[in-house]
Amino acid sequence: MPMKNKIMDHESIRRAIQRMAHEILEKSGEEPLALIGIRTRGVVLAERLKKAIKDIEGMDVPMGVLDITLYRDDLTLVGAKPLVRQTQIDFDITDKRIVLVDDVFFTGRTIRAALDALTDFGRPAKIELAVLVDRGHRELPIRADFVGKNVPTAKHQNVNVLMQETDNTQDEVIIEEKNA
Amino acid sequence: MGLLIKNATIVNADKIGEKPQDILCQDGKIIKISPSINAGSHEVVDAKGKKVLPGLIDIHVHLRQPGHEDKETIETGSMAAVKGGFTTIMCMPNTHPVIDNPMSVEYIIREAKRVGLCNVYPMGAITKAQKDEELTDMAELKSAGCMAFSDDGKAVLNSRLFRLAMEYAKMLDVLIIEHCQDPLLTAGGVMNEGAVSTRIGLKGDPGIAETVTVARDIEIAHYLNSKVHLAHMSLKRSCELIRFAKSQGVKVTAEACPHHFALTDEACASFDTSTKVNPPLRGQEDVEAIKKAIADGTIDCIVSDHAPHTKEDKEVGFDDAPFGLIGLETSLGLTIKELVKPGIIDLTKMVDKMSTAPARIVGLKSKGIIKEGFDADLTIIDENKEWTVSQAGFVSRSKNSPFIGWKLRGQVEYTICGGKVVYKV
Amino acid sequence: MTSWKRKHLLGLDELSKEEIELILETASSFKEVSFRDIKKVPALRGKTVVTLFFEPSTRTRISFELAAKRLSADTLNIAVQASSTTKGETLLDTAKNIEAMNVDAMVVRHSLSGAPFILAQGLQCSVINAGDGCREHPTQALLDMFTLKEKLGHIEGLKVALVGDILHSRVARSNIWGLTKLGAKVTVCGPATLMPRGIESMGVKINYDLKEVLRNSDAVIALRLQKERQQDKFLPSLREYSRLFGINQAKLQEATSHLIVMHPGPTNRGVELSAEVADGKQSVILDQVTNGVAVRMAVLYLVLGAKGE
Repeated sequence: MPMKNKIMDHESIRRAIQRMAHEILEKSGEEPLALIGIRTRGVVLAERLKKAIKDIEGMDVPMGVLDITLYRDDLTLVGAKPLVRQTQIDFDITDKRIVLVDDVFFTGRTIRAALDALTDFGRPAKIELAVLVDRGHRELPIRADFVGKNVPTAKHQNVNVLMQETDNTQDEVIIEEKNA
Repeated sequence: MGLLIKNATIVNADKIGEKPQDILCQDGKIIKISPSINAGSHEVVDAKGKKVLPGLIDIHVHLRQPGHEDKETIETGSMAAVKGGFTTIMCMPNTHPVIDNPMSVEYIIREAKRVGLCNVYPMGAITKAQKDEELTDMAELKSAGCMAFSDDGKAVLNSRLFRLAMEYAKMLDVLIIEHCQDPLLTAGGVMNEGAVSTRIGLKGDPGIAETVTVARDIEIAHYLNSKVHLAHMSLKRSCELIRFAKSQGVKVTAEACPHHFALTDEACASFDTSTKVNPPLRGQEDVEAIKKAIADGTIDCIVSDHAPHTKEDKEVGFDDAPFGLIGLETSLGLTIKELVKPGIIDLTKMVDKMSTAPARIVGLKSKGIIKEGFDADLTIIDENKEWTVSQAGFVSRSKNSPFIGWKLRGQVEYTICGGKVVYKV
Repeated sequence: MTSWKRKHLLGLDELSKEEIELILETASSFKEVSFRDIKKVPALRGKTVVTLFFEPSTRTRISFELAAKRLSADTLNIAVQASSTTKGETLLDTAKNIEAMNVDAMVVRHSLSGAPFILAQGLQCSVINAGDGCREHPTQALLDMFTLKEKLGHIEGLKVALVGDILHSRVARSNIWGLTKLGAKVTVCGPATLMPRGIESMGVKINYDLKEVLRNSDAVIALRLQKERQQDKFLPSLREYSRLFGINQAKLQEATSHLIVMHPGPTNRGVELSAEVADGKQSVILDQVTNGVAVRMAVLYLVLGAKGE
């Protein structure tokens, strides 16, 4: 049996999102805010942040969906190509304050790819990063601006975020041993 | 001293010998067949447990010499023949230059004698340079050694000319062998026209290109009451036409090739150019019909239509590749695998199709039967032995066979021509 | 979702329904890239894609070239005169010489059916068939299917007609493979002299009555008629062809209103399609061209990704 350890449940995830929404709003400046979720679970989190922001402030922030597959730096290394899904950013990101949203912040390579991708879409005033879980082990000089929970992990562990919308189950974050 | 074959189970077209016999050959003839012959000073071949057949005869072979010695020579073709169990082969005249004059005939006979492995009988062209315009000097060619005439590679399309050729051949008592294919109907087709050609987008050669020529030739033979031999029949419908003609007493004989009963046009879907052959590989129904026609006598004999082409010739796109595949070394194995083992014909009938009947059709009077006084041409086989066709195994100069990798039945153990062992496994 | 394992794309004949769906799905993700200001993603950065065309073609080659460029691959276009390969250097020799310069994928068009098979067997790089003889033109059929799906919502159950010279059409064959695998009902319509023997065995119906075919179709794909067919005696005249099998506004009156008209291009206006129809509201010919780039991006991306397998 694999060692499983639940580190966040539905309620703690809800509170973390609520807090991050407040923090994002507190840091607001001149530039109009927009959220961009990184596929797959970053999109769900971005949607929840968008709703939380609306509940708090009553404002509708634009939200986009980013698929970073084509920008991955390991494309030539992997065997069969990962499935490419659609990127959907229906607004101009130029001069906006963009908050990138992802579920787990690990090596930083996904975010690097996302930053490259965003560059192809325009020139935002600033880009910030919101993640539900920061598990450490960065391989690039990138840091998160808004963190739901910092979780110390070993490199060989997996951190799985499960969300109602995508995984057909209760929200939860689980740490398990790889190869278990 | 002669050659003595001990313990021979003799297979002739009419029966398999019940008890093993010894066969003594001397001066190129079988001089004695008896249950026990004293070895004396004779060279002895022990055929115990093997079958001894009259030397196999293939009356449809392309040796390519003169003109295309890069594909095959009389020497390498003879080597392939004896390895395949053949003691007599007849080579087609579509060389460069065409065999349409006595000098060319004599050249082939002389070269074959020098090689000295098997009997090689050159055929003469029906029309000069195979141009379908004027008849060759058939009488002169007959004196030089031609027993049969063909423009093989193509039909004599000019029907009047073909009629005249048949009349003239009848007078000389030589055989006309027709390559039945109307090029206007073929129209550049590279494989059988049907579901497979449609699927893979290769240009189809319709069966009617063969059958209309078969029907024409039968009609001319009927009208003139003369003989005609139809080469490489590939279709059910051709068999039906021949069956009908024979029932009417028309003097028509016909041959079929192993690839036309071992493969269907599905083989072309690999785009392997060794499956590109003329006439093309046909459908399953045709394959079944050819087998049946061999069994019931509609098809008289089996020939290889051995057609060597170099790797360079064949290593091109399907459309650009020349037609033909090599068959001398696989003909017997395919016949045993596809016809004898499944019980479609027995060994005696195989001997008929591959030796006795071809000898009769072309008029080789002392061949095709193991009998005292007949030529000492013998093929000793182990009909149960399985072997695998490999590219490296071919002694033919060309390797264009679609059967590479196939497991065949029937191993040639010895080939004896004119009382001499010319091949030993 | 099935994953892609093929190093080559030689035809739709060999693909499963799931593989075709994967290409179409991937293509719909790629379509968006062509509508960005910066129409480029780095997915195939450092890869070299060569288009090797032994037959003249403009749009297919350009479409592949754009697709490769939008994925950041380096591209090289080689047009070979057919005459230089008939003698001496063989097709495989030519390709091997190009491959020796470390090419990752070769997009090949050749007048010989089966030519891509020769290359796929003899080369290390990926081979993508851009049309071989009368056999297949897989990316054309894929973009046709992509367009059908985009315009009509689905392919399963669709009634699609292929009209024209079926005998010589690789577009028809690839579409028949693909459409029947995806559950469409395919009818072929054209002169009997240009209807290949045994075509029904590919799972299609034959109907020589264009009006009836149009009445019963959701989409019609008109095929290009090579003018040489008349010299080859397949047709009495182009005039008669267009009378019987050309699609004009009058004949479209009989069709269902949602019917879409497609053509692989280039169109012989007034022969296969009247100008009115080609430019009309039912025509999706330009959408096909647009979608061609997305489909070819998807194919390049998948095929080059499978190299490690």
